[in-house]
Amino acid sequence: MGLKNKLHNFKEKNKDKKWLPAFSAIHTFLFMPNETTHNGTHIKAADDLKRTMNTVILALIPCLIFGMFNAGYQHYLALGDIERAVGFFSTEFWNLANFTIGFWKILPLVIVSYGVGLGIEFIFAIIKGHEVEEGYLVTGMLVPLIVPVDIPLWMLAVAVVFGVVIGKEVFGGTGMNILNPALTIRAFLFFSYPTWMSGDKVWVEGAVERANEIAAGANLDAISGETILGGIAQNNPITHSVMEMFYGFIPGSVGETSTLLIVLGGLFLIFTKIGSWRIMLSSVIGAIVMGLIFNAVVDAGWITQGSKFYGLMSTEFWHHLLIGGLAFGIVYMATDPVTASQTNRGKWIYGFFIGFISIMIRVFNPAYPEGVMLAILLMNVFAPTIDHYVVQGNVKRRLKRLKAKTA
Amino acid sequence: MGLLSKKDAALIKDPLFDNNPVTIQVLGICSALAITAELEASIVMAIAVLFVLGIGNVLISLMRNIIPSKIRIIVQLVVVATLVIIVDLVLKAYAYELSKTLSVFVGLIITNCIIMGRFEAFALANSPWQSFLDGIGNAAGYGIILVMVGFFRELLGAGTLLGIPVLGDPIEKTGLYALGYENNGFMLLAPMALITLGIIIWAQRSRNKALIED
Repeated sequence: MGLKNKLHNFKEKNKDKKWLPAFSAIHTFLFMPNETTHNGTHIKAADDLKRTMNTVILALIPCLIFGMFNAGYQHYLALGDIERAVGFFSTEFWNLANFTIGFWKILPLVIVSYGVGLGIEFIFAIIKGHEVEEGYLVTGMLVPLIVPVDIPLWMLAVAVVFGVVIGKEVFGGTGMNILNPALTIRAFLFFSYPTWMSGDKVWVEGAVERANEIAAGANLDAISGETILGGIAQNNPITHSVMEMFYGFIPGSVGETSTLLIVLGGLFLIFTKIGSWRIMLSSVIGAIVMGLIFNAVVDAGWITQGSKFYGLMSTEFWHHLLIGGLAFGIVYMATDPVTASQTNRGKWIYGFFIGFISIMIRVFNPAYPEGVMLAILLMNVFAPTIDHYVVQGNVKRRLKRLKAKTA
Repeated sequence: MGLLSKKDAALIKDPLFDNNPVTIQVLGICSALAITAELEASIVMAIAVLFVLGIGNVLISLMRNIIPSKIRIIVQLVVVATLVIIVDLVLKAYAYELSKTLSVFVGLIITNCIIMGRFEAFALANSPWQSFLDGIGNAAGYGIILVMVGFFRELLGAGTLLGIPVLGDPIEKTGLYALGYENNGFMLLAPMALITLGIIIWAQRSRNKALIED
C-alpha cells in the first residue's frame, strides 16, 4: 500500500475531527485526492487552483532570488564597499556576500508572511468547518516582494492579519474578495506606517540603523537609499542608467526592481495561460498614453522647470515602465483572476485604466509614489461594474440583431 | 429592577445591545466615523446626543397630541435645532478647544438619523416618561459604540487615552516604543473607523446569531 493510499485511509478514519481541514490542505497540496465526484458530467483538467497558484509562485521565484542579491548589492554599494555593476551578469552583483545579506534579511519576511497568513487561513477553515482554501499561497509570496527590505517584522505580521481577515475572509474567503489581498496588505502598511514605507531610508538594508547611529552621535556617513521615483519627485536627476533600471540594480521594494525578470515572468504566465495578456498589454498601453500626454504637456511648454511636477512629467514615457512597481503590479497583481474583470472587453478597459491612473497618481501626488498600488485597488473596485456594462452591452446588441432578423 | 417596570426597563436595555441604533439599525454612522479619532470627543458627542435625544423625546411626546401631522417634521426640527444650539453654545462657552475639534459635527447632530428616527417612531406615539427612557436608551446605545470606536482609534492611532500617553513616549522611545512599537496612522483616518465599526458589528452578530439578517 503506497503512501497515497495510507493518507487516504487516515483521512477516512478521522472524518469528523475538527482539525481535518488542516490535514487535508497539506494532503491535497501534494497529492491528487482519491475521492472523485460520482454524478454529472465533468471535464477533468490537471490545472486546478493549486496548480495555478504554484505556477504563479514559480514565476515569482526569480524575482525573489534577484531581490535577495539586490538587497545585499544595495547595502554594500551604499557603504561604498563595491563598485557599480556593469552588465547583467556582473560579479559585483551576483556574488555570495550580497546573497547572504539579502537571504537572511528576506527569508524572515517570507516566513512571517506565510506563517501568519496561512495560520489565519487554517483558523478560519477550522472555525467555519470548510476545507482550507489555497488562495494565500500566491499572496504569501507576493507580500515579501512588495515591501521595503527593512520593514519591521511585527508590522508585516499586523498588516497580513488585517489584509487576510478584512481584505478576504470577511467577504467569504478565496475567490470572493473584491480587493487584491496582497495590495490590501501593502496599502495598510503604507497608510499605517508611512515612515517605513517611503522616504530615503527603508529601501537599503542598514540605512535606518545607520541613521540612528548618526543621531546618537556616531561619526559616520549617512546612507541615502532613495528610490528613483522618490528622487525624480524632488526634481533630482536620475543617477542610474537605463540598463541598470531594466536589469533592476536599483533601490526599491524587494522584488519589484528587475523589469527584465518581471517581463520573463510575465511571458511565462502568458505562455502557461495563467495570466491575461490582455490586461498586461492594455496596462502598458495605458501607462504609455498617460506618459505621452505628460511629455507633450512639457514639450508644449505649459510646465516649466520651476514646477514641482516638472521632474516626473518630463520623465520619458517609457522610463515609467522601468522604475517603481509598475511592471511588477501589471504582471503579478493586475492579472489576479479573482479581482480583475472577467470579460475580454472588460479586461482591456480595466488594464488600460490601471496603467493610465498609475502614472497620473505618480505625477500628481509625489507623496504617493507608488501609484500602481492605488490604481489597481481602485480598478479592483470598478471591475464588477465594467463587467456588468460589457455584458449588458452584449445583451443589447444581440437583442437588436434578433429584432432585425424577425422584423 | 424595582424602579422600572419590565416594559420600561426594556426601553432602556434593548437599544444598548440587541437593538443598538448604530450596529443593528445602522443609523448615525456619519458622526461615528467623523469624530471618533479621539476618545474625549467621542464621549462629549455621546453626552450631547444623550441630552438632545432625552429632552427632545420628552418635548415631542408632550406635544404629540397638538402637532398637526402635516407639519410634524418641521416641529421636530425646531425642537432638535433648539437643543443642539444650546449644546453648541455651552460647549463654546466652557470647552472651546473641544468645540473646535468637534467643529460642524455638533451642529450636524440635527441631522443625526437616530434623533429624528426616535421622534418619528417613538415619541409621537408614547407617553413622556416612556419617551424619555427610550431617548436615553438609544442615545446611550449610540454613545457606547462611539466610546468603543474612539477608545481603539485613539489607543492604537495615537498611543494615548483622553490625551494621556499610555503606551510610553513615541519621541523619547520609552515604554512600548522602546521595543520598536509604532503608532498606526491609519487608525486616525476615517476608513479605519468604518472598519472598527464593522468589526464590532461582526463580533456582536457572531455572539448572537439571531441578529443576522439575510
